[in-house]
Amino acid sequence: MVAIEQTELKENEPLIYDKSVPGRIGVNLPDCDVPESELPADLLRDDLEMPEVSELQVVRHFMRLSHLNYSIDQGFYPLGSCTMKYNPKLNEDMARLPGFAHLHPGSDDESSQGALALMYTLQTWLAEISGFEAVSLAPAAGAQGEFAGILMIRKYHLDRGDTKRDKILVPNSAHGTNPATVTMAGFSVIELPSNEKGNVDLNALRTVCDERGDEIAGMMITVPSTLGLFEEPILEVIEIVHNAGGLMYMDGANMNALMGVVKPGELGFDVMHYNLHKTFSTPHGGGGPGSGPVGVGDKLKPYLPGPIVDITEEAESDDDAPLYGLVMPEKSIGRLKAYHGNFGMHVRAYAYIRAYGAQGLHDVTRHAVLNANYIRANLLETYKVPYPRYCGHEFVLTGKVEGADDIHALDISKRLIDYGIHPPTNYFPLIVPEALLIEPTETEGKEELDNFIDVMKKIAEEAKTNPELLHDAPHIAPVRRVDEVFAAKQLVLCCTPVREAIGS
Amino acid sequence: MAYIPHTEVERQQMLAAIGVTTIEDLFEAVPASHRFPKLDLPSALSEMEITREMAAMAEANEHAGDFALFRGAGAYHHFVPSVVNHTILRGEFLTAYTPYQPEVSQGTLQAIFEYQSMMCALTGMDAANASHYDGATGLAEAVTMAYEVARGKKKKFILSQAINPQYRDVVRTYHQGRDIELAGDDKPRTLIELADLLDDNTAMLAVSYPNFLGQIEDLTKLAEQVHNAGALLCVVANPMALGLFKSPGEMGADIVVGEGQPMGIPLGFGGPYVGFFATKQKYVRKIAGRIVGETVDGDGKKAYVMTLRPREQDIRREKASSNICTNQGLMSLAAAVYMSLMGCNGLKQVAKLNYHKAHYAAKEIDKIDGYKVLNEKPFFNEFAVKCLRPVEEVNAALIENGIIGGYDLGQDYAHLKDHMLIAVTEMNSKEEIDLFVEVLRSMA
Repeated sequence: MVAIEQTELKENEPLIYDKSVPGRIGVNLPDCDVPESELPADLLRDDLEMPEVSELQVVRHFMRLSHLNYSIDQGFYPLGSCTMKYNPKLNEDMARLPGFAHLHPGSDDESSQGALALMYTLQTWLAEISGFEAVSLAPAAGAQGEFAGILMIRKYHLDRGDTKRDKILVPNSAHGTNPATVTMAGFSVIELPSNEKGNVDLNALRTVCDERGDEIAGMMITVPSTLGLFEEPILEVIEIVHNAGGLMYMDGANMNALMGVVKPGELGFDVMHYNLHKTFSTPHGGGGPGSGPVGVGDKLKPYLPGPIVDITEEAESDDDAPLYGLVMPEKSIGRLKAYHGNFGMHVRAYAYIRAYGAQGLHDVTRHAVLNANYIRANLLETYKVPYPRYCGHEFVLTGKVEGADDIHALDISKRLIDYGIHPPTNYFPLIVPEALLIEPTETEGKEELDNFIDVMKKIAEEAKTNPELLHDAPHIAPVRRVDEVFAAKQLVLCCTPVREAIGS
Repeated sequence: MAYIPHTEVERQQMLAAIGVTTIEDLFEAVPASHRFPKLDLPSALSEMEITREMAAMAEANEHAGDFALFRGAGAYHHFVPSVVNHTILRGEFLTAYTPYQPEVSQGTLQAIFEYQSMMCALTGMDAANASHYDGATGLAEAVTMAYEVARGKKKKFILSQAINPQYRDVVRTYHQGRDIELAGDDKPRTLIELADLLDDNTAMLAVSYPNFLGQIEDLTKLAEQVHNAGALLCVVANPMALGLFKSPGEMGADIVVGEGQPMGIPLGFGGPYVGFFATKQKYVRKIAGRIVGETVDGDGKKAYVMTLRPREQDIRREKASSNICTNQGLMSLAAAVYMSLMGCNGLKQVAKLNYHKAHYAAKEIDKIDGYKVLNEKPFFNEFAVKCLRPVEEVNAALIENGIIGGYDLGQDYAHLKDHMLIAVTEMNSKEEIDLFVEVLRSMA
């Protein structure tokens, strides 16, 4: 059985267009039950290059494509910075309840009280988890949450007549979205170095705040950092930036290390985004959708992106429910997308938090951190781990093996595929050469971690004894290493029948 | 806890391997003054209890499963074939990561490539990206792209007022930090009047097709005028209409964006949806977001991979034109499955059903004293009606009869007070339409 499946994987699945036979259709549609009207002939299109296939052909095609993927449902995903934890099946069912799935987003508030109550409650829970005053669920993804945060900081300063502040401090370990966000908001980046312990270099921070304090709009920082390390002098960092008149943005991508451990709002952060598709288990879906709510302290509360859900009429008694409504915060930076965020992700995150409760969420973090430290402790002698301290939910190691100079992080990553494990994030953070960023998450059990540790040790051996095995890896994946340069050179972005139809 | 597998014995073994006694010892770097705060959250529920609680919340909503829905205005209730949901529920797609490792992501990559191909066909463009968050952010990204194409030298962007008001809001949110001028949507303007605003400083002109009031207009002449002014034409399109009507590409559009929700994605109270973005090959290096291209692997076998990666934020950092990272991948898969099932004939047939049902409804409503259909030009599946009473009152009467009525245009357009925007799709039976008309008539 296994052999057959592997042979199947070695073959290309043709494009759906290549299966097209004129006249076929994959769905039965009803007849028109009203008198027909005349169509405006001069506005109609002549042709439309779509595949014509039967329903079963569509099912088989996408089923076969699915077999070419790796996924959490199949195996271990130690992918740092992305928190690939188990996505509970229940949450999918909840999002598909007819009362949520078929609810029009332009419904009157009175018609959508169930959905609004869910959003209101989730706002409250997220605020509680991170110690913030208020939360907006509007951002569609983490990057949009970041964008919202920086726009809020911008508007806050402008409203105070503080027009000179157009710089945002960003550590050199930051996610690429941070500096890109700064530029999008019309600001520019001042990059800060990190020290040998993986913390922001406090002297560099003090210097820039002393010299250019009146230009600093704020600072974006990830906690724990992208190295998986808790910023030890975080209180000092916040104080220095606040004293310079800047506001503090926390990139909440790594919240899986913080639940019940520390509340960013209580540390003094002014704004933070959450990634519901990381910490709160909504599925990654091969690249999205995500959801990136933002939490804020009292300074930025009036600027939240909208609409948010608020109580518009208090309940008459304890037995009654209040009336919930969508409202635009007073000085809102505005709307980030149509309607009110990726609601389906809110439903899933609600179910997730409901399944854990307060102690359970803290246990999530405890076990995520336990797992990461367990792997780290077991690989210390095999690989170089650049920072000698306990890690948070993830840690970085150097993807090099002593005595195998021509082996790189990429080779180790690709060899992991042959052992049925998804590669860790590699070459990020940029400040660690040959970085492998490993995040096991709390949903993996000890035997899964032990297997990974064994495999990593075995690969280190292979690097020395049979380096070609790594250079040529993966060997059993549906395709070998792909030629990215050729893809960019030939730039074939849609299939032949379409290209011919468009005439390009 | 079903989602955390650790037993007490395993925890102890792991702690011993690390060399600490308790898990709490691992958090020493967190300031002690702030460590381990109490979380004030309700206690955990079992799967059974969660289902009960959430089902009750869901049922508290008045939704298109229980009511006849005549509301659109950017989100539409269309038929979703079963295969779509079964496909996106497959764990191999649902729980996969972004395809940065192409060797183990060919399924996602090929599906995106096919989605891109279908979006090119539908819009008449050469290249499409893997998705934006929604139609509104697609338009905001089109502004960024046009700004980049003009190398930041042209500052004026003309938006028709007949583009979805929320989309125009989003453009304003996205570009509040940028030195550009947004013009044209201060009052209703015809295509000719919009073209009058073009000048040397104009980077882009955007219109909606059909427009927010449902009207379909030929944009060929407008495209010529826009190009003569050295600007780009951006068309915000409803993909459902493109099954029947001329593609924006055929009429000369440079960028086509829009909301892909009508194709296989349920209403879902506003998301997750999928924003499509397509343009001409010559602008492909200016597109934001992920793009999949065809290539070969080490054995020379055909394969797919994310391409033109140096445009993106993780590589280009502060020089990237957009910060987009996570997109709406799974929703673009839903759209691709939908389009595969429909094919050219199905898409055309569904579009016709929408057209005929909407026109039937419009004709019947227009016959009622006191109600007048505004649309004089051809429209697709949506039209504006002048009502005898405030829209809120009409909708209150409709809901009593099991009908969710149209959208109150007065909330966005001062000149359209007491006007209702009515959407009719293939989901609305003749009986529903007749009942809708009957309730309106009873209020005349």
